[in-house]
Amino acid sequence: MADAVLGATVVEDREAAVASRRRLISRIVIYGLLGLISVVYIVPLLVVVLNSFRTNAEIGAMGLISLPQSFRLDAWPQAWSDFCIGGQCNGVARYFWNSVAMVVPATIISTALGAINGYILSKWKFPGSEIVFGCMLLGVFMPGQIALLPWAFLLGKLGLANSVYGLVLVHCIQGLSFTTLFFRNYYVSIPDDLLKAARIDGAGFWRIFWKIMIPLSPPIIIVTVIWQFTGIWNEYLFGVVLNSGSNQPITSALVALSMSGTTVRTYDVMSAAVLIGALPPLLVYFFGGKYFVRGLTQGAIK
Amino acid sequence: MASLTIRNLRKSFGVVEVLKGVDLEANTGEFIALVGPSGCGKSTLLAMIAGLETVTSGEIYIGDRLVNSVQPKDRDIAMVFQSYALYPTMSVKENMAFGMESRGVPKAEQEKTIARVAALLQIEPFLKRKPGQLSGGQRQRVAMGRALVRDPALFLFDEPLSNLDAKLRVDMRTEIKKLHQRIGKTTIYVTHDQVEAMTLASRIAVMHQGEVQQFADPDTVYNRPANTFVAGFMGSPSMNFIDAEITSTGGGAPAVNFPLSGGGVASLPLHNGVADRAQSKKVILGIRPEHLSRQSASNSGKQGFATMSALVEVVEPTGAETMAVLKFGDREVVGRFSPDEAPKTGENMPLAVDMTRACLFDPATTRLI
Ligand SMILES: Nc1ncnc2c1ncn2[C@@H]1O[C@H](COP(=O)(O)OP(=O)(O)OP(=O)(O)O)[C@@H](O)[C@H]1O
Ligand SMILES: [Mg+2]
Repeated sequence: MADAVLGATVVEDREAAVASRRRLISRIVIYGLLGLISVVYIVPLLVVVLNSFRTNAEIGAMGLISLPQSFRLDAWPQAWSDFCIGGQCNGVARYFWNSVAMVVPATIISTALGAINGYILSKWKFPGSEIVFGCMLLGVFMPGQIALLPWAFLLGKLGLANSVYGLVLVHCIQGLSFTTLFFRNYYVSIPDDLLKAARIDGAGFWRIFWKIMIPLSPPIIIVTVIWQFTGIWNEYLFGVVLNSGSNQPITSALVALSMSGTTVRTYDVMSAAVLIGALPPLLVYFFGGKYFVRGLTQGAIK
Repeated sequence: MASLTIRNLRKSFGVVEVLKGVDLEANTGEFIALVGPSGCGKSTLLAMIAGLETVTSGEIYIGDRLVNSVQPKDRDIAMVFQSYALYPTMSVKENMAFGMESRGVPKAEQEKTIARVAALLQIEPFLKRKPGQLSGGQRQRVAMGRALVRDPALFLFDEPLSNLDAKLRVDMRTEIKKLHQRIGKTTIYVTHDQVEAMTLASRIAVMHQGEVQQFADPDTVYNRPANTFVAGFMGSPSMNFIDAEITSTGGGAPAVNFPLSGGGVASLPLHNGVADRAQSKKVILGIRPEHLSRQSASNSGKQGFATMSALVEVVEPTGAETMAVLKFGDREVVGRFSPDEAPKTGENMPLAVDMTRACLFDPATTRLI
């Protein structure tokens, strides 16, 4: 009797040991793979960051990918104000500010319009509002380049060709499908009773929007702002095609890096310039990333 | 004076007619309950009174003003929702102030009103909290508070207690009754709980499939239900329905007969002229569970009581009373007995039936005879 019990525990122990070893192996495999993928993602960024602090001579001698022998900050101010792109030697500063002047109003306006659209399409439905929503949804799936030529034509007519304001308009409209979808889907989960109560309480369209919907919206506002900001900042096709010279956003101007091929390549300064162009979305990611994930998964009312 | 008058009100959603000609009125200070099974159109009717749903046809008067096309905010009403619908980002106090702010009530007056209502409902301790930090019962109070800070002509309640647990529901029911007695406002109260309707209302409108089946005081609705639907809906356990036939026995005194198991026939004498009103011999006999009792010296010879016996199938004690399922022929009938006279399973129980309280219905129309 006692033997049998003892035997059973021994078997159990052995099984437990096998199971835990198997678990360990699968952990190692998972972490190994994850580590490998992270390296693949991180290495290019690391190379660029390191190169921005190395001298050009050193990069020339040791190759693009190697550990730095020196540490130098000179490339950064050069990239900012002296670097030559497309025949102009004023650095990327001007393009950087173009991007800022484009992304800030475009993000604010497209988010605000998305909120209002979403509010109407979820809470003030009218005959045909589902069709309107369906059409807006189409915009989510339409590649931006389809609209390139129409935009060029329209901006010309409006007198906004080759101007940052033109790009603001383009990005407001191009982004509207997404922002409307985000807000509409978020607002659908807010109970209608809340609005009925507010209507009996004497609140109208705008008072309900400001006092009830907006205070419930921070998660989706954060998601939309991050989405729009990074999307508009990183976009370069419209900037390249619609604008030229000193009116381009920084991403479009950096395209010229690959074309100014006659002179000696200044890898250190180029690295710094690229990083300056990438910095805002990276900062947004570092400071807003967790809110982005939280906002995507969280409903309006806990 | 009538606070609310509804005439031939209809509502269709597309081709579906949800309300089919509703008539209703509430006198000033009255407490009207709208009861009916799920989907019968109670909430729709209330939403139309509130102005949250459009009127397909018919008229709604609040006071003597036709309000068919008046905005909700201008109807002089306040409403409490089943979901409470408290504004989640506002504190309790802000929730109560929201409507007054919308209407431009001066700040000082807002403060005074909130203080008064908060004291009335005993919600002062959590005026600063958000709805998410309150229990279900506390939220319910706040929802009532938000309605009470107005001084409306009409209070509308849509199943305000149905999200509370059983015990709290009974407590809040009493509180609502007290509150109504204190402030005496005309109230329309939707519920599908017939006990709530019976205990609170001065008149009950029983609805079914978009029609008001009966609109009367609780006593009439319970004891003289207009048809088998009302009879079956009000009261728990439900009234028992037995297909029966009217006959005149020996001396001409009418009785209702129905077959019993084993070939016998039960013959229960009828009283005061009901039999004359019947259109046909066939009727539906309605007997409430509590009108069955064990035969005893005190009831067997009594005027209006009929005697019979029936087999006991199931016995369900609940503590205060005992339910028993009895066999009347091939029908099952529920009886409600006090524990000391409760039957045992398998017993052939001698019964006394209170025929003065029995109802007869016309099988063709299901109406009360
Ligand atoms: N917006 C609408 N569109 C179409 N049909 C609707 C709409 N609102 C309600 N109905 C229908 O009208 C009928 C009555 O609904 P209502 O909400 O008034 O029922 P109720 O009596 O309040 O039921 P419950 O006790 O479940 O709350 C239901 O059959 C419902 O499906
Ligand atoms: Mg309802």
